[in-house]
Amino acid sequence: MKKLMGMLAMAGAVALVLTGCAAGDAGSASGGGADGSPIKVGFSQVGAESGWRSANTASLKDALSDANGFKMTFSDAQQKQENQIAAIRSFITQGVGAIVFAPVVETGWDDVLKEAKDANIPVILQDRAVDSDPSLYTTRVGDDFEKEGETAGKYVADTFNGKKANLVVLEGTTGSSAANDRTTGFNKAIAGTDINVLDSLTGNFTRAEGKTVMEGFLQKYGKTINVLFAQNDDMGLGALDAIKAAGLTPGKDIQIVTIDATKDGLTALSTGEFNYVVECNPLLGDKVADVVKKVVAGESVDKLYVADDQAFDQAQATVALPTRKY
Amino acid sequence: MRTLTRHRLFWPIAALVALVVINTLSRPSFLSVTVNDGELYGSLIDILRNSAPLMLVGIGMTLVIATRGIDLSVGAIIAISGAVALSYIANSGSPESLVTVATGIGLGIGVSLVLGLWNGFLVSVIGIQPIIATLVLMLAGRGIAMLITQGQITTITSGPYDFIASGYVFGLPVPFYISVVAVVAAALLVRRTAFGVLLEAVGINPAASRLAGIKSRGIIWIVYGFSGLLAGAAGIIYSSNISAADANNAGLNVEVDAILAVVIGGTSLAGGKFMLSGTVIGVLIIQTLTATVTFLGVPPAVTPLFKAIVVIVVCLLQSPKVRQLLTKRRKPTPRAERTETVKVSAAA
Repeated sequence: MKKLMGMLAMAGAVALVLTGCAAGDAGSASGGGADGSPIKVGFSQVGAESGWRSANTASLKDALSDANGFKMTFSDAQQKQENQIAAIRSFITQGVGAIVFAPVVETGWDDVLKEAKDANIPVILQDRAVDSDPSLYTTRVGDDFEKEGETAGKYVADTFNGKKANLVVLEGTTGSSAANDRTTGFNKAIAGTDINVLDSLTGNFTRAEGKTVMEGFLQKYGKTINVLFAQNDDMGLGALDAIKAAGLTPGKDIQIVTIDATKDGLTALSTGEFNYVVECNPLLGDKVADVVKKVVAGESVDKLYVADDQAFDQAQATVALPTRKY
Repeated sequence: MRTLTRHRLFWPIAALVALVVINTLSRPSFLSVTVNDGELYGSLIDILRNSAPLMLVGIGMTLVIATRGIDLSVGAIIAISGAVALSYIANSGSPESLVTVATGIGLGIGVSLVLGLWNGFLVSVIGIQPIIATLVLMLAGRGIAMLITQGQITTITSGPYDFIASGYVFGLPVPFYISVVAVVAAALLVRRTAFGVLLEAVGINPAASRLAGIKSRGIIWIVYGFSGLLAGAAGIIYSSNISAADANNAGLNVEVDAILAVVIGGTSLAGGKFMLSGTVIGVLIIQTLTATVTFLGVPPAVTPLFKAIVVIVVCLLQSPKVRQLLTKRRKPTPRAERTETVKVSAAA
């Protein structure tokens, strides 16, 4: 027993020395970059909840590749904030040169962002936003969710110009900036029209929940629903099945407006099952890589980079579909 | 009346009826079932259809719990099963062929059976505690599913595969038939053969049942294999429902829902006596609760709280202790009379 204790103590001491070394190394190298060595980047992604997300992940993995002078550690948070906080903490201990992360929800990041700041590691928000003090992160590369919602709302307002219409909404993940801002933008655009929002519930950005919630809407309101606003393509695609099962024709009996413009979404648009899709560009990788390089080199960067988002109607979708990458 | 309220299924059924009544009061259309092109259509039908995956998992979980075990890996197995089946069908080049679809389903369920047997091996042969043994797969399983789908959501367009979750036979949805077949098969297995008795014996007292000559190892092994198999079938229905294999979200938290359904149904987590019929009611309660959230328009932010309150109320109603307290309070009527006379005299 004594022997064992001794061995444990020894092992402990060795471990202490080792971690001490590791921390020292990270401190002096500060994640690399300046002298041409690869820039260590920690990337914490929300999850793989939708086709959009998969495209976004692929874009970042491509841009932050070894060939482009990066050494990226990827962490999938599986849509849980605690996983993401743990990942960011581990990036801090690893002493990465920069942290890139797509916050799963808007709130609750102050502590971990402060820790990163204290460790002098720049944080680049990718995709979604946070409500923390802007001094706690370096910059954000993302899409303008409010504008996306507004574009979608404008289409609905114009289509039913002056006419009465009943609308249901499939919201995104409760508390995410994508869901909050899209709702705000959409409501702004339809304010003052005769469009009546019957109901608005979350489908968590997934197909399965989009389908279940739409089934509920159809049972509850039946044929009185004229328009569905799904805050991403996947929920809209899930809702398609529910609408067909109810004996209604999607795109005709119920108009469908979604956001994202993934390949699956544009396919549904070109076959007339969706009516309007607002793009939310997931190909943010190159911009993020560019910003990370600038930040690590000590150059100043803007506080926000907004991606260019288009919108598609059915005819435009048919044209755009063959070249769609995601 | 008293014998009725004492029946073990009384409170679960009362809770289910109460949920249906609340929904009907809020919107009478809840009960309406119409016919669309020879297919029955309505909220109740949706509930029957959507409850199929949880029903399959719940049956497996009931049997596992009867042996004093627990299976936390069912959600992960659902994800793996869907991932295996869809990856095969998507890469086959002939997604509309019946043979391809059947092979895909066979592969998905086959892998799930192997995973279930692995759990059973850890529990019965190696002797690891069930909660730990199945936790391994619960945590690693989603990783395996992600590996199979390469972190993407695999989607397919396949008529035959779609039929499993969205098809209708004689006006009723296919998943409903699948759950009926599973319930009947399980009921026959445990109530018409000696298997059920052996199962309860192992759960009530493993040592005594071993001394009585029951080979508990084999029984426990079979039960975990069965649970894996059913979870695999649930995974096929789940992925067919959306024609997509979603490694992150498929079957997420289903183990919790399944355990809840078993407990609401009146089976004790301490093992031993179990009630399949109770689990069936428990599953229907949980599925109706999901429909209720949409029907009452419960705001997304308070949905978890709403569900928690309903579940707590159902569990409390079932607890013998709480029921005793409630009946005790009602009993002493003489005291109530006395207070009344006091009141009268005071008024006089």
